[in-house]
Amino acid sequence: MAGLATTLGSGAMTNSLGDLEEAEVVLVFGSNTTENHPVFGMKLRRMARTKGTKIVVVDPRRIDLVEEAVLHLPLRPGTDIALINAMANVIVKEGLYDKAFVSDNTEGFEEFLKVIERYTPEEAERITGVKAEDIVRVARLYARAERAAILYCMGITQHAKGTDNVMALSNLALLCGHIGKPGTGINPLRGQNNVQGACDMGGLPNVFPGYQRVNDPEARKKFESLWGVKLPSEPGLTLGEMMEAILEGKVKALYIMGENPLLSDPNLHHVEEALSKLELLVVQDIFFTDTARFAHVVLPSCAFAEKDGTFTNTERRVQRVRKALEPKGEAKEDWWIISELSKRLGYPMDYSSAEEIFEEIRKATPQYAGITYRRIEREGIHWPCPSEDHPGTPILHAGKIARGKGLLVPVEYRPPQETPDSNYPFALITGRNYYHYHTGTMTRRSKVSSHYVPEPFVEINPADAQELGIADGDLVRIVSRRGQIEARAKVSERVKKGEVFSTFHFSEARVNLLTTDQMDPVAKIPELKVTAVRIEKI
Amino acid sequence: MVRLWIDGKEIEAEEGKTILEVARENGIYIPTLCYHEKLSPIGACRLCIVEIEGYDEPQPACMQPVQEGMVVRTNTERLYQMRRDILRVLLKDHPLDCPVCDKAGECRLQDLVYEFGLDSLIIEDAESLPMLARRPVSYATVAIKYYPSRCVLCQRCVYACREVAQRGVLALNKDHKVIEVVYPERCISCGECLAVCPVGALTQNVSPVRARPWQRKQVRTVCPYCGLGCVVDLHVFEDRVIGVSADESVPPNYGTLCVKGRFGFEFINSEERLGKPLIRTDGFIKGASWDEALDYVASRLREIKERYGPSAIAGLCSARCTNEDNYVFQKFMRAVIGTNNVDHCARL
Repeated sequence: MAGLATTLGSGAMTNSLGDLEEAEVVLVFGSNTTENHPVFGMKLRRMARTKGTKIVVVDPRRIDLVEEAVLHLPLRPGTDIALINAMANVIVKEGLYDKAFVSDNTEGFEEFLKVIERYTPEEAERITGVKAEDIVRVARLYARAERAAILYCMGITQHAKGTDNVMALSNLALLCGHIGKPGTGINPLRGQNNVQGACDMGGLPNVFPGYQRVNDPEARKKFESLWGVKLPSEPGLTLGEMMEAILEGKVKALYIMGENPLLSDPNLHHVEEALSKLELLVVQDIFFTDTARFAHVVLPSCAFAEKDGTFTNTERRVQRVRKALEPKGEAKEDWWIISELSKRLGYPMDYSSAEEIFEEIRKATPQYAGITYRRIEREGIHWPCPSEDHPGTPILHAGKIARGKGLLVPVEYRPPQETPDSNYPFALITGRNYYHYHTGTMTRRSKVSSHYVPEPFVEINPADAQELGIADGDLVRIVSRRGQIEARAKVSERVKKGEVFSTFHFSEARVNLLTTDQMDPVAKIPELKVTAVRIEKI
Repeated sequence: MVRLWIDGKEIEAEEGKTILEVARENGIYIPTLCYHEKLSPIGACRLCIVEIEGYDEPQPACMQPVQEGMVVRTNTERLYQMRRDILRVLLKDHPLDCPVCDKAGECRLQDLVYEFGLDSLIIEDAESLPMLARRPVSYATVAIKYYPSRCVLCQRCVYACREVAQRGVLALNKDHKVIEVVYPERCISCGECLAVCPVGALTQNVSPVRARPWQRKQVRTVCPYCGLGCVVDLHVFEDRVIGVSADESVPPNYGTLCVKGRFGFEFINSEERLGKPLIRTDGFIKGASWDEALDYVASRLREIKERYGPSAIAGLCSARCTNEDNYVFQKFMRAVIGTNNVDHCARL
């Protein structure tokens, strides 16, 4: 988000799920697509098999998509920048970049050159463990293709250098002019149904709806007149900073609507300590979650099937959510609960329907101005959609980069904060499994998901397992500097020697007790993809 | 473009299209069973046979590309009798257990039997026709039950698994008697096979409550799991979601779903759902009315704001809630509480 906003002027997925089908080459960075975005994973498989699309998987693990790939680059966790910079190095050195595009549509090329010069494929091999010749091959494949796309996910962003990782990818796309056309672009796949929408709606500490900055006087004036009150100009705290501020005694009350940080957030002991220190914790959810255990007040809200409204998907498509059921028990719509509270605090919000709120969203959010419930009755519309006669924008940056000129930002590789050592010899990678979702509150109640993946597991390479005397199915303990959990060993070639993988779906084995809350300094994303751990047989 | 005649109607058609596609585009009905728009032509059921001038034998319309000057007849007495015979053969093995079959009312075979007036045959041959399905046998996934005796061997499931899901779990066995699960370990329970089964051979094994198509309503909404935003139709009976399907003509998923989207709906009706507001007093959490809970939260927020200032209050909105919920939430934090301390777990 922060990375692409800096380099391109918009933080969202540049292309649509539909036009990506036209790519000749797709580089997949840190996205276990077939498990985490299964329907698009199937499409990638179809593209590879029936259209001959060349897929390259860049991921420490031998994920399923490798089956369809022309090449798999199994880099060491947290070394992405070295690899991406080396690709840029090759592309420049061999003169494969789009010279006209770079001179017309980008800035910062000279500075950028100085940095990437040092990232030779050989140097990158030393850092990443990926063969230099493979890096060269992928660089050529990407640069020479007529249409080539980059896909990425949390494997890129959940690092202490996540923003830099994204900017490094953006450099590649800009260098080759693979942007603004069908089958190109840089495309973050969003992990949750409405992450895009929550960001668009200003669910962020520094921006109002539509990414209008809270410290921009013009934007503030607009919202002050729309909402009829004076508004604060200081950007607020991010989730991680909130936890810090609670521990420092600066934040006394936390209101949580539909999130479960006690399973999803890093360094959980820390989060637990923070939540128990609050004078007021309000949790609004559909279940009594792990987080609700710490709440002073728990408010029952409607599930998606009991709501009218809209979600915005990963490709910026605003789609209708429709109420199919009456609310369970006394559950209420989230917006209703907040409006009622607002009324009691002296600011009446008299919305009678979700559509009425959407009409206000259109006024507040320029990207949504042309979208109406009537227009998205059958199919969603991609924002930006500035007016009611505008068809929507499946592809961003067409003809011109939103920022004006794309910014090439030199980024340097630095090793991850925590690297394996003799006490904690394994690099733990965390993520999701196909059968489950996020903190498991929904899928662990599914008969099918629970049948296939009933309990926490940890993937470990056969060589490591043998060395530790661990057999497939053994119960093992995973220990980091911050905590320990137990899980079933799954002996598998999917992970390399020296690396293990586990998920955060299970409240009985909260993998985030282990992870660090070291954060990316800009995007404030925690480094969930590299934690040093040891494995003990129980 | 080529010019041809179907049932005497002169038609201009795109080269490369099949007779069936062109007929459908022009509103000419040809009955089908195994044909499915999103799969390549299977040619298994042969119900779509048509007469083409110059050919002795009728040809399957789903496999034959249109050609310049072609003269096609879709609806002759001979074709009608042949189609009846095909259905008769299918019925000889297919149980007449419609009252207990999940697919009754939305079964392609049931519709065809009715359309071709085979009711008299059923009454005449009552003695020899199978009345009940044999037990379901184990299938590639627990999410689906497979009744081989109801299977019409159309192979839609085999094609869907191979072409849409790209898994290749299923195959027609060697003696063409049954669909076999060849690579069970490759199954990802996506249910693409279930979605295309025209009869009750593959049925969903998740919801304990079932309802006929005319008893339930279908509500179109968006899947609540990953960020792809697959469009889903929730099947609702009384106060429950009893199944999920997807429309093949609607983006972004065009009818395809994964295990979570198709089968992960039980949480909605879970008994563990929060039923009423709860307030913790003296360490115990107790039920409260909405008025009590809202009054309490409002007064506590007011106290904290007055005592420590608005920045002592923070809020997390949600990547799981709607745009409308999130808009109202951040507006509440900014305009009512007076702080920009609002975030959500976009980064997780």
